[in-house]
Amino acid sequence: MSIDSRDFEYLRDFLMKSSGLVVKPEKEYLLKSRLEPLARSRGMESISELVSSMKSAIALELRDTVTDAMTTNESLFFRDKTPFEHLDNIMLPYFLEQRKVRKRLRIWCAAASTGQEPYSIAMSLKEQGAKLAGWNFDILGTDISKTVLTKATAGQYTQFEVQRGLPIKLLLKYFTQQGENWVLNENVRRMVKYKESNLLENFANVGKFDIVFCRNVLIYFDLETKKKVLEKISLQMEPDSYLLLGAAETVMGICDKFEAVKGARGLYKFR
Amino acid sequence: MKKCLVVDDSSVIRKVARRVLEELNFEILEAENGQKALDQCKVEMPEAILLDWNMPVMDGLEFLIQLRSTANGEKPKVIFCTTENDISHIAQAVQAGADEYIMKPFDREILENKFQEVGLL
Repeated sequence: MSIDSRDFEYLRDFLMKSSGLVVKPEKEYLLKSRLEPLARSRGMESISELVSSMKSAIALELRDTVTDAMTTNESLFFRDKTPFEHLDNIMLPYFLEQRKVRKRLRIWCAAASTGQEPYSIAMSLKEQGAKLAGWNFDILGTDISKTVLTKATAGQYTQFEVQRGLPIKLLLKYFTQQGENWVLNENVRRMVKYKESNLLENFANVGKFDIVFCRNVLIYFDLETKKKVLEKISLQMEPDSYLLLGAAETVMGICDKFEAVKGARGLYKFR
Repeated sequence: MKKCLVVDDSSVIRKVARRVLEELNFEILEAENGQKALDQCKVEMPEAILLDWNMPVMDGLEFLIQLRSTANGEKPKVIFCTTENDISHIAQAVQAGADEYIMKPFDREILENKFQEVGLL
């Protein structure tokens, strides 16, 4: 059964305002697949009933849960591989030279989800070994969803999750088995801090960064929101910093503060 | 076309692996235990081996140890695919020369991902 058109409009407007998420009519199935189970878990019969409840002034928690359900996206370790090759082959050699006095790098994962991306970065840095001895790394993972950040902070993953993208040698080196789950070792977990943050809101208190990972986020936004988010991110970047976007994303025609790095798909230099 | 030897005593697992790997453009060879796999490798060394652990006649670990000491036996990428999911088995397999390790149950995505991981896709 399709969603009532007034309910669809309400949800579309609500999600746009709360998270910037654009839900086109052809994506109605996404609303159904994510919100019907949520409605059922709350003892409601339909999405229509869920929408009625959301309209209540005291439904703050329910509205947050709906935003959560719609913005939570799957994540995997070393997703797409290429960004991590850019980290090893382009960004780290550059910063090893440029930050050799300060010996500190700040890295921001702007859509950290359940932690696989920031922890992949942390493991990549660990794998550099002696080359980075004496260096300090601050990795900040932010996400709009409190639920995913709770999981990220715990650093605990299922057997299925650790088999997606994580090389077996890194599993052996950095994880401990606990029953059917795998827990990331403390020395990697403590390299990453998490903070709940909405990319549409002010995040000036996070400081400035040398590297920003903002992958597979912009694809969910309309042009105006993309512009706004990229402008906001640019305010948090050091003058010679790098930005990483997803393979299907670009800054071209959206924001002129970044320049594509030749031959490095998805990598942009702040200018 | 790259050849992949699927070593498993379960014909069902061999069939499932064959279906996925053929879609990924591998030519599939099959063996139902480590000894038959070793005999096969002496005739023709494949590029990849998908390897079960517990099998009659010769188990996967013994096969791997013998393979790696055979002429050209260092060449194939060996991916264990087993229900032995504890860390000590994984460590033993890697120590013996396994390139990757799949903990059953697995799905197409995991299989594909592991073949990418070892550079075969």
